[in-house]
Amino acid sequence: MRLSTPSGLPTVDHGQSAFPQVAPSGVSTSGEAALNAPLLDVRGLSVSFAGTKVVHGIDFCIAAGEKIALVGESGSGKTVSALSLLRLVANADISGQAMFQGRDLLSMPERDLRAMRGRDIAMIFQEPMTALNPLMTIGDQIAEVVTLKMGLPKAKSAQAAIDLLADTGIPEPLRRARAFPHQLSGGQRQRAMIAMALACQPKLLLADEPTTALDVSLRGQILDLLADLQRRNGMAVLMITHDLNLVHRFADRVVVMERGHVVEQGATQALFDHPQHPYTQRLMASKPERDMLVPSPAGASALVVMAADKVRVAYPTSLPGLKGWFRHGEYVAVKGVDFKLASGQTLGIMGESGSGKSTLALAALGLLPFQGNLSLMGSRWSSNSLQNRALRRQVQVVFQDPFSSLSPRMTVESIVAEGLGVHEPDLSAAQRRARVLAALRDVGLGGESGADAESLLSRYPHEFSGGQRQRLAIARALIISPKLLVLDEPTSALDVTVQKQILQLLQKLQREHGLSYLLITHDVAVIAAMAHTMLVMKDGVVVESGEVASVLSNPTHNYTRALLCAAG
Amino acid sequence: MNAPVAPVSLSPSRRAWLRFKRNRLGYWSLVAFCVLVAFSLGAELISNDRPLLVRYQGQTYFPMVTDYSEKTFGGDFDTATDYLDPFIRERLSQDGNWALFAPNPYGPKTLNYFAKAPNPSPPTGDNWLGTDDRGRDLLAQLIYGFRVSVLFALALTFTGTLLGIVTGAIQGFFGGKTDLAFQRFIEIWGSMPELYLLIIFSAVFAPSLALLLILLSLFGWMGLSDYVRAEFLRNRQLDYVRAARSLGVSNWHIITRHLLPNSMTPVVTFLPFRMSGAILALTSLDFLGLGVPPGTPSLGELLSQGKNNIDAWWISLSTFAVLVITLLLLTFMGDALRDALDPRKVDQ
Repeated sequence: MRLSTPSGLPTVDHGQSAFPQVAPSGVSTSGEAALNAPLLDVRGLSVSFAGTKVVHGIDFCIAAGEKIALVGESGSGKTVSALSLLRLVANADISGQAMFQGRDLLSMPERDLRAMRGRDIAMIFQEPMTALNPLMTIGDQIAEVVTLKMGLPKAKSAQAAIDLLADTGIPEPLRRARAFPHQLSGGQRQRAMIAMALACQPKLLLADEPTTALDVSLRGQILDLLADLQRRNGMAVLMITHDLNLVHRFADRVVVMERGHVVEQGATQALFDHPQHPYTQRLMASKPERDMLVPSPAGASALVVMAADKVRVAYPTSLPGLKGWFRHGEYVAVKGVDFKLASGQTLGIMGESGSGKSTLALAALGLLPFQGNLSLMGSRWSSNSLQNRALRRQVQVVFQDPFSSLSPRMTVESIVAEGLGVHEPDLSAAQRRARVLAALRDVGLGGESGADAESLLSRYPHEFSGGQRQRLAIARALIISPKLLVLDEPTSALDVTVQKQILQLLQKLQREHGLSYLLITHDVAVIAAMAHTMLVMKDGVVVESGEVASVLSNPTHNYTRALLCAAG
Repeated sequence: MNAPVAPVSLSPSRRAWLRFKRNRLGYWSLVAFCVLVAFSLGAELISNDRPLLVRYQGQTYFPMVTDYSEKTFGGDFDTATDYLDPFIRERLSQDGNWALFAPNPYGPKTLNYFAKAPNPSPPTGDNWLGTDDRGRDLLAQLIYGFRVSVLFALALTFTGTLLGIVTGAIQGFFGGKTDLAFQRFIEIWGSMPELYLLIIFSAVFAPSLALLLILLSLFGWMGLSDYVRAEFLRNRQLDYVRAARSLGVSNWHIITRHLLPNSMTPVVTFLPFRMSGAILALTSLDFLGLGVPPGTPSLGELLSQGKNNIDAWWISLSTFAVLVITLLLLTFMGDALRDALDPRKVDQ
């Protein structure tokens, strides 16, 4: 049933695809299945771990050549559902039926399923660095799949690997085939993963968050590549994602999951226009909203909380060879950045990974040595920690990952009260507790009226959800009433509906306390909702800056335009 | 916001304890070990050549705490009473006199001059596990030897762990040049021939448990120090430490409140294994004759007696049994502890 081998066809250099054109309706089946029967028909799929059900009997089907998105927030069971189709989930009890070309994937012998994996149903993963073997070249890894699954001789499969790589649009495929995974960029690695998954022209591709680990500007490219290959190969794609932008751009049909149930499914446009289920509606309405005070027109006369003048941050790096014994190299992460942040306002710093934005945040917090001038309410960071202590009271921080930003062995009370111990050591235990309770209520913890805040005091971080943890981190920062809060990707580890709540909370706190925010993010939507002024950083340099409205509507720099375009 | 799900709040260490308890083997090993240690701490009440209490001619005596001369009980000499002497025994059992002996009426150093069989004597009604080649009761030696081993192991584990934590914390927290210098020092220190030093020192100084403890501690902290260092290096760049720094928390507080509690997993996991390692170390040194001073009850010395008197099977067999049971209990505890502290294990 193999139509042909990739190596038997002209390569992409001759203007043609290595993949044979297969019309969706022409997908051959093992025989008796009707032509218009779905390629994959999942009925009553349930998955449980050690007696706990995480997927509760879901139904969905995929037609040949269809692009389907499985959407849901973390914990909705979307990845587990997809992985359990190939029975790749360890220690799970799977029940139900998944008919693929007339055979049930869930009950067929392991041997047969193993033969189908990769050949008929392929998979690509979120993080290509961990999905590729670091000790084998890209070409060898792809060739191995071709040899194993299609029985080609070694020499031919090596050539097939190069053709496959070329097909995914990697420049210089011959050279890349000899490269090891760490020598490729993130986008190239994901392309190599795709080449490997498509090596046997599968009829169904399971793509688990294929773009989440990539920078915004790469996401669109990978998505276009997937769509292009899908069209040429006529395969069906099941894309697992939480990113509604991607869904809108890519999918024909959407299946929405919440807590192990399919709550809604339908054609993409119809679902986006008229979401029926309340959860889908909430998901669709999760775009961050702007809810801020209009800054006073005399912005220039407002008090400047933080001013940076040619701030430069460099890390020592080790040099290779004997040279490295005597001196260090230097990696400059931030190359001379200027900005001014007025009281009560938000300065957004946008950039992709490696742009130096988080390094800048650490420098602003006085946690990294830097060159240049950085004044905070007129004072500067010094090398004396006692002098710095007064300044630390003015500037606080909220980090990205709510799971690593709270010490797992401290109670809520001791976490939130930590700053008081440093800056107001004279408080009595009762006063301290009152301040902690006030801070918890301030960030919306402890029920509607804040009456339950007391019951939270002796709890530990592991009992809280991501959004609640982020609120705790904000409470810890706010309890000593700082003037400036550095927000380092405050919502990028959170689900979209939670992200919206946290951003609303931050905007409310800014209005009530007159806080200034230094907001670091890669997300255009967050900047658009939160910031008054913004910087765009690339490779440690500010490429564009100005009022948010004008930068977002009239980007002047190409890089800004690319970012905005990629974000949709 | 929804209220947190868990009805009762449990600290991470409390949850680890519950997981530990769920491992039946490990939990009961801990119970059995604690019972054994408790009994051996009261060894004087179980195995003693002096009676616990004596009633003699209307007066009460406490031979366990006070020395009484033989004349007190009608003897001829002004020396400390040998309560196993048949003559004294007889005096003590006459009209209205009585003596309450420990269940095993021998101390670790008591020579049974009145044994019915030649030394080493096989198990008899008097010496339940027999005697060694000097006529000392084997059961008493095992009880006291176990106590010495466990106490020594506890002390060695404590000092070694303390040294390991302190040095590991210093390296991991300050990093950079401090770390580099310390690592080189550890490499040099770790390549010293430990056994030769022990032999030399035991020739120079009078052998004693304290000397052994110091010498073994000096060389026993390096492995743990590496683990603590690695935990500190990992934890110090986590966001909660950065947040604490940006709050202006002092280094000392960051170490004690944030880093130490979160770096204790390898330390706690290794505790039982360090204990069994320490017991083994003491036993092997005693076996080689480099360990405790002569006369101290010691499992290693008993083993070497067993080797020298191969036909006295009761010596080697019972000592071997005590060692195996002790080490097994510790290993079972260690396995359970390792499972309980495994971050990948979730609560059911």
